[in-house]
Amino acid sequence: MTDAAPSPLLAARGLAFARNEVPVFGPLDFAVDAGEALLVQGGNGSGKTTLLRVLAGLLRADAGRVEIRGRPAAPASRAHAIAYLGHLPALKGELSVLENLEFLCGLHGRRPDQQPGDALAIVGLAGYEDAPARQLSAGQRKRVGLARMWLSPAPLWLLDEPYANLDLEGIHLVNRMIPAHLRSGGAALVTTHGAYAAPPVRTRLLELGAAA
Amino acid sequence: MSAASPGLLRSARALLARDLRLVWRRRGDALQPALFALLVVVMFALAMGGGRQVLRDFVAPYAIWVAVLLAGLLSLDSLFRGDAEDGSLEQWLLAPVPLPWLVAVRVFSHWLTTAVPLLLAVPVLGEFLYLPRAQLPVLLLTLALGTPVLSLLGAVVAALTVGLKRSGILVALLALPLYVPVLVFGAGSVAAHAQGLDPSGALLLMAAGLVAAAVLAPLAAAAAIRIAQG
Repeated sequence: MTDAAPSPLLAARGLAFARNEVPVFGPLDFAVDAGEALLVQGGNGSGKTTLLRVLAGLLRADAGRVEIRGRPAAPASRAHAIAYLGHLPALKGELSVLENLEFLCGLHGRRPDQQPGDALAIVGLAGYEDAPARQLSAGQRKRVGLARMWLSPAPLWLLDEPYANLDLEGIHLVNRMIPAHLRSGGAALVTTHGAYAAPPVRTRLLELGAAA
Repeated sequence: MSAASPGLLRSARALLARDLRLVWRRRGDALQPALFALLVVVMFALAMGGGRQVLRDFVAPYAIWVAVLLAGLLSLDSLFRGDAEDGSLEQWLLAPVPLPWLVAVRVFSHWLTTAVPLLLAVPVLGEFLYLPRAQLPVLLLTLALGTPVLSLLGAVVAALTVGLKRSGILVALLALPLYVPVLVFGAGSVAAHAQGLDPSGALLLMAAGLVAAAVLAPLAAAAAIRIAQG
């Protein structure tokens, strides 16, 4: 969407969050535009996950606001703009991988040009369509999560530690998926503690300090 | 393109299909509430000994109501806990459909898979307690109106306790007081019918309660889930 004065896909204005009066992060000001990736770095406990949960709308910020395309984020605009990959896989162990993905697509919608089966092939899980999700390893579950992101129609990806549990090939996979998503007009916020990998794209860095 | 934006119906269909599949995969578990109610009723029958007259006239409809209510109570904890633990609830919160709608669909599917098997078992339970056949239709009607109310009220309690590691007896402590009016009207209308009175007043009140609960309980449960996931 290009308005007369293009406003960033996602912007944080003075965003701050505190838990039991202890500040976790902020106040933060940043913006992420379409075609851009923002790398959120910081050590354990620096508030990376909390920041992503606030941006996704799972947590309420104590101060400041989140804007989506220049407007204050409402639940509906958030849901259409944001896809979130957290630490929990959101998979049902008794259902097959494909059934899990189809349910999540039913919940979130899906890019009309993508099919769940193809997305599984992209993340290297071809042949696992009918395997019960409980048989997957942690890394394979992460890959299913990446397939869900790939299918999501939302332009903004919030990826919380996408490299965790992934093998070398999986890390390359993330590093291929993020640029492809940015090229198609998307944007991404990626948290990492900086130890391993970063997507090879035009990234900006947001450094979160250690918890006070 | 309809695939890009899931409507209310599409999301409801996806959630229902998922829940029915899950129940089918764990179909052994699905029978447990009905078996539990059966055991409670057998306990009543054994405790009362051979007092057929007492059972038939004083105990049967109430014992069945209490058995169904307790069985529903035991299955409450599974309403949201599994989805909270594996992160599904997070995804519900982020979906472009209203959370109360998803909660309502989930409560319906939970009722369908836990309460309906119970209702099907009620004629058998009635036989154990010498329930007069003439009372069976009224009893089933009160249960058909009452169990959805129990599920909806229970959903609020289940949502309030979903943030706790183990809710255990707390669910019962919170839910049972809410269940009292449903039990009073449900068992009461069977009793009224047994005495030759017209039970339709109490039945209409239960139906009104069902409508009110169907509108309000998903909103309250959704608010509680939002807090628990925060």
